[in-house]
Amino acid sequence: MSTATINDSHAVGHHGDAHGHDHHHQSFITKYIFSTDHKMISKQYLITGIIMGCLGMGMSLLFRLQLAWPDETFPFLETLLGKWAKGGKLDPNYYMALVTIHGTIMVFYVLTAGLSGTFSNLLIPLQVGARDMASPFMNMLSYWFFFLSSVVLMSSFLVETGPASSGWTVYPPLSALEKAMPGSGMGTTLWLVAIILFIVSALLGGINYITTVLNMRTKGMSMNRLPLTIWAFFLTAVLGLLSFPVLLGAGLLLIFDRSFGTSFYLSDIHLNGVGALSNSGGSPVLYQHLFWFLGHPEVYIILMPALGISSEVISTNARKPIFGYTAMVISLLGISFLSFIVWGHHMFITGMNPFLGTMFMYVTLIIAVPSAVKTFNYLATLWKGNIRFTPAMLFAIGLVSMFISGGLTGIYLGNAALDIQLHDSYFVVAHFHLVMGSASIFGMFAGIYHWFPKMYGRMMNKTLGSLHFWLTFISAYLVFFPMHFMGLAGVPRRYYQFSLIPEFNIWMDVNIFITLAAILGGIAQLLFLYNFFNSIFRGPKASKNPWESNTLEWSTETKHIHGNWEGDIPTVYRGPHEYSRPDRELDYFPQYEIGDGEPEHYHAPATAPDTSYDGKKEKATTVFFSSFAHLFSLRRA
Amino acid sequence: MALFGNCLDFLDFIPLFRKVKSNIDSSIKMSNSTTVSSSSIWTGGRSPFNVSYGKLMMWIFLLSDAFTFSSLLVGYGAIRFSYEGSSTPWPDPAAVFNHFPFMHGMHLPLLFVSLMTFILIFSSVTMVLAVEAGHRNSKSEVSKYMILTIIGGAAFLGCQAWEWTQFIGEGGRLDSNMFGFTAEAAAKAKNLGFGDHVHWEAADRIPGPVPFASLFFIVTGFHGFHVLSGVVINIIIWLNVIAGTYEKRGHYEMVEKVGLYWHFVDLVWVFVFTFYYLI
Repeated sequence: MSTATINDSHAVGHHGDAHGHDHHHQSFITKYIFSTDHKMISKQYLITGIIMGCLGMGMSLLFRLQLAWPDETFPFLETLLGKWAKGGKLDPNYYMALVTIHGTIMVFYVLTAGLSGTFSNLLIPLQVGARDMASPFMNMLSYWFFFLSSVVLMSSFLVETGPASSGWTVYPPLSALEKAMPGSGMGTTLWLVAIILFIVSALLGGINYITTVLNMRTKGMSMNRLPLTIWAFFLTAVLGLLSFPVLLGAGLLLIFDRSFGTSFYLSDIHLNGVGALSNSGGSPVLYQHLFWFLGHPEVYIILMPALGISSEVISTNARKPIFGYTAMVISLLGISFLSFIVWGHHMFITGMNPFLGTMFMYVTLIIAVPSAVKTFNYLATLWKGNIRFTPAMLFAIGLVSMFISGGLTGIYLGNAALDIQLHDSYFVVAHFHLVMGSASIFGMFAGIYHWFPKMYGRMMNKTLGSLHFWLTFISAYLVFFPMHFMGLAGVPRRYYQFSLIPEFNIWMDVNIFITLAAILGGIAQLLFLYNFFNSIFRGPKASKNPWESNTLEWSTETKHIHGNWEGDIPTVYRGPHEYSRPDRELDYFPQYEIGDGEPEHYHAPATAPDTSYDGKKEKATTVFFSSFAHLFSLRRA
Repeated sequence: MALFGNCLDFLDFIPLFRKVKSNIDSSIKMSNSTTVSSSSIWTGGRSPFNVSYGKLMMWIFLLSDAFTFSSLLVGYGAIRFSYEGSSTPWPDPAAVFNHFPFMHGMHLPLLFVSLMTFILIFSSVTMVLAVEAGHRNSKSEVSKYMILTIIGGAAFLGCQAWEWTQFIGEGGRLDSNMFGFTAEAAAKAKNLGFGDHVHWEAADRIPGPVPFASLFFIVTGFHGFHVLSGVVINIIIWLNVIAGTYEKRGHYEMVEKVGLYWHFVDLVWVFVFTFYYLI
């Protein structure tokens, strides 16, 4: 009768048993291309993300040239871009296309997929103690949808009318009317297809991350012993899962507006008192609402993995427990919740009801509270720490710096009244490039330097890494800090040629300065690329636990095997941040080591839990509230 | 409640609060009683929800999909609301969807869509029966109820095809529609009783709000696409059932998973029906 057989390894995940790893020969294709192993998929995400990052940065340098020397010509541009830079001067439409695709690539392809995709894939199974993701096959699909999406997006550079050019937010009507500007044609169609493929990828990945964290933690790995990286990846996946589908809905309606004559985002457009188009009844503001319902959680999808990574890196390299673990988790939860109810602050001046704007302003400013909790906890963790300045640590501290200086301007921009002056100015550009662009890319670099030994079994060069950090750090501030002043003076973003506008001529020198700093930043990334690819093949061999860290991934061998652990999965005995305990000789105490007086085995069920249908189950309310009880009970051991 | 001390005890008079409190208390006791608690739900080594990863994934996917439908319905609400007090008022769905096969010329508001709703809900009932039969490992019964569910889904799609045909035949297009009424015709439509004979002259009809028709196609089309996918998935699972795949496996959890999807599609239709047709 009862389905006792349901309890075989199936119930927790098919890698729950000790024989998950296989030794059969893998061909090149199954090992490196259509791999279902989370470690390989993570590397695929990282390499794709780095390539996309180089493209995105290259684009930014091209349009920075135009901004710094709008009246000069650069013959090499014509060689590179052909008809888009006739005589060596960038075409205005192509300038818009570069701005648009730079934003799209950086936001979605580098800092969403490249960051969260890489480190969620690498660290979730390794740090919670699982053989692989819940569904390795879906995980593989997730990467290949992402890859396909990247190819479709980049292919829009090959169409005659150029890529999408209406900004990374692709607001209608520019994006909805195919004849609005050259990029509104095929380019925008490809952009929408690419984004829909991206949403599918994010969905497949997110479902996997959430399920793995909830269902497949090893024995003893309670939620309040999860490394903060995992909490961050988990909540990031939740945000993506609930916000990307809304962009799917928005994109679907936009596709119908573009290709099938509907008017969801188009209302009557009149020229000289005559209706110019047959469209009526829709509203471009509807698109903005739907877009920013994704768009705002998206900035936390970008930022939170970086915050999680830096928590882990700072605690490890300061040789101290993270200050206020529970506060860190609760502030992540708070940020996640608040991120869904603040999207209106992107739309203060679209004609939205001012009372609504006031509400959005209040909830926006409340985000300062959990953000400040995180910042102060980072500082308190560093306080009197025994700091090891590895490149990863430098980048993690750099993140804290960027997060503070970018976050402070968020308080200005979140203010509905101030936003009348500041919206769509360089102040906004400065704000989000510091707080979400630079901070997140710093978190990504911290993660790469920290977990490179786990990914490739070799160490990266520390001197080059430190040089990379200082050049990147300095150039990031030199690029983005002057933009605050330009923005306060009213210089609008996305303008092609400031030399045509006398009021903005005084900023020409600043623009040249910014462009030179950006080129410096670009050169710094060449150092990173050399260090990264050189170390993959020629770096010194890494030891098993090079940073003397506590978390579970360092208990695996440096050689990757399918299934992660040769024998049983280790049991977890304590939280992830037990550094410098006075009663210990070593200054770290791995989660998987048994201490004195700790029971050798947990009495967790030896086999997977009983899911037979007539078996007694915990009530849903018990499950739900016990999760909070666990979180709030503040237990360390 | 340990977290807030006793400062919230004054809420004890609310039964739900008492229940929540005792739940939290008991789970805190559970987690604090020993460092090693086999009865604790969240300490790892097991699924806190007692479900397989696959079923959890389905729940999470449905949550995500609910947001997609919500975005479409919210968009619908926003556009429809913008027509309040407009000179081209939003058509009364009861006056538009008043046809029934073989009952030509009769005013039968929402009768056909009610039938569709009934068919879909009934297919959810047969799906429940299939899942229940799966718990008893009764292959023949699972197969029987899966077939009934597939027929229900296909019948719903057939009804939708008929309704779309009808709608298009009366001038519904993605970029225009003829569901506006002249003032006299609107007054006449208001006085129609159930089953009355109705005949509209071409002159009675004027172009209505453009988004009315396009939203109809998008919202019901997106839902219909889900039903179609559901029918295809159900057929695949049914083929596995009759091939004995799940009998060998010892459980019919796959049936349960597609059942979750099917109930979700059904639930979404209830919202579509409410927001698009009833209101």
